[in-house]
Amino acid sequence: MRKNLFNVAAIIQGFKTTLSYAFRKKPTIEYPSVRKQHAPRFHGLHELRRYADGKERCIGCELCAIACPANAITVVGAENAPNDRRSPGERYAARYEIDELRCIFCGLCEEACPTDAIVLTPRFEMADYRRSAFIYSKESLLVPATAGVGTPPDERPGGIPADLGSVTARKNTVDVETGYDATWRGTLLKKDRKGMAAG
Amino acid sequence: MNPWAIVVAKSVLILFVVITTFAYAMLFERKIMGWMQLRPGPNRVGPWGLLQPAADAAKMIFKEDLTPQTADPLIYRLAPFISLITAMGVYAVIPFSESPSGTLWSVGDVNAGILFVFALTSIGVYGVSLAGWASGSKFPLLGSVRATAQMISYELSMSMSVIGVLILAQTTSLRGIVHAQDRLWFVFPQLVGFLIYLITAVAETNRAPFDLVEAETELVGGFHTEYSGLRFGLFFIAEYLNMITVSCLATLLFLGGWEAPFGWSAIPGLVWFVIKAAIFLFFYIWLRSTLPRIRYDRLMAFGWKVLLPIATLNLIVTALVVALIPQQ
Repeated sequence: MRKNLFNVAAIIQGFKTTLSYAFRKKPTIEYPSVRKQHAPRFHGLHELRRYADGKERCIGCELCAIACPANAITVVGAENAPNDRRSPGERYAARYEIDELRCIFCGLCEEACPTDAIVLTPRFEMADYRRSAFIYSKESLLVPATAGVGTPPDERPGGIPADLGSVTARKNTVDVETGYDATWRGTLLKKDRKGMAAG
Repeated sequence: MNPWAIVVAKSVLILFVVITTFAYAMLFERKIMGWMQLRPGPNRVGPWGLLQPAADAAKMIFKEDLTPQTADPLIYRLAPFISLITAMGVYAVIPFSESPSGTLWSVGDVNAGILFVFALTSIGVYGVSLAGWASGSKFPLLGSVRATAQMISYELSMSMSVIGVLILAQTTSLRGIVHAQDRLWFVFPQLVGFLIYLITAVAETNRAPFDLVEAETELVGGFHTEYSGLRFGLFFIAEYLNMITVSCLATLLFLGGWEAPFGWSAIPGLVWFVIKAAIFLFFYIWLRSTLPRIRYDRLMAFGWKVLLPIATLNLIVTALVVALIPQQ
């Protein structure tokens, strides 16, 4: 007991430590206003892409639903009407739903897709008050017709890049390259955008 | 002018200042603790988090005020007020400064000021122990039993260390004690007493590393486990007011109160007082973020087997020196 209580040198050392920590740079990222930069291939919320002419890429083949290990995807395909073609192929997805609460964001759907229609975007802010809000319908997954083709899928020349340095070299792949907003619903606030560029 | 009106006006002013000090002492503590833990501390409400105390107050007021079924309702409701009123009452005699014409800046100039302070803070123990007792559940009871034992044990050593100062100053008036330090602050002749006072003050105010009373890792919240809302807030205020009180007392007893060091009397005494008290506050926060909570048996052993003998020895030596060395 004495040894511990009278180890004044250790106590003084402790005081020095805490005081020096008070003046250190804080690693805190003040999240809503400052955003951490994600890895370029971060797996977030899904998106159904379009072709440049506005047609849907999805052909309703259900390969994503088969590949999905969490059974989170429901696809119901339908024949394209000759006068109103939704996709360039024969079929399109009449219904396309993803239960984002079941999804494990593994990206197998993206790998399974023969037309690069489904991709995982880096968007991750999906919080809501109701469980039902996490079943994303085709309308909410599909890139709006006015918003371009959507997020490009990962280029995978040889699987996972061995050199992580090249990953960090690609700055802001998420938002700046695609020109698409990082938040799912609505546009980014100006200060958010600034923080993202800084962080 | 009616002297009562002056006293009331002074009391209201001091309470306002003290409560504001409490609010920002809390923010100050959270900021400093945050920095020492590599966090920025509260910074969301207002610039630099300056409105955080107001947000906390609003939160406390609107939270549900629970009384457990097993509680003794009257004492349960009374206890926070005992804590708060004794913590506030002390400020009736604490002088903050003195104008050059000799007017004391305090509500009352009591010639036994230091005794009044100790009497009131001793009653404050009742707030904590009654709260734990009346809550009617086990963790608060354990907390209050600890509080009683701890505060009585450490109050002994604290009083001993203060008596050394009283012997040197030959008075129990706080103003007289400060004036007795005109030439030399008592921190130098009473260094041992000062260190004992510093340690016991932490124990008396139930702050880390002596916060056994509310040790959340063992006792949930200690004596205030069952309290919520504003009643919890009252305990919180009382705890911080006690912390400010011991800082003010340390300033008055050992650091010459409002007396300027090195003859820098251009800066008013009140500023010196605030600076000195703030240094103590900072020290307590620093201490909290540095040292882990001490084990209960060690706390007791330290109080009785180490602090009390040293304090007694210090007292005897001081008394002998004062008695044997002729005063000039």
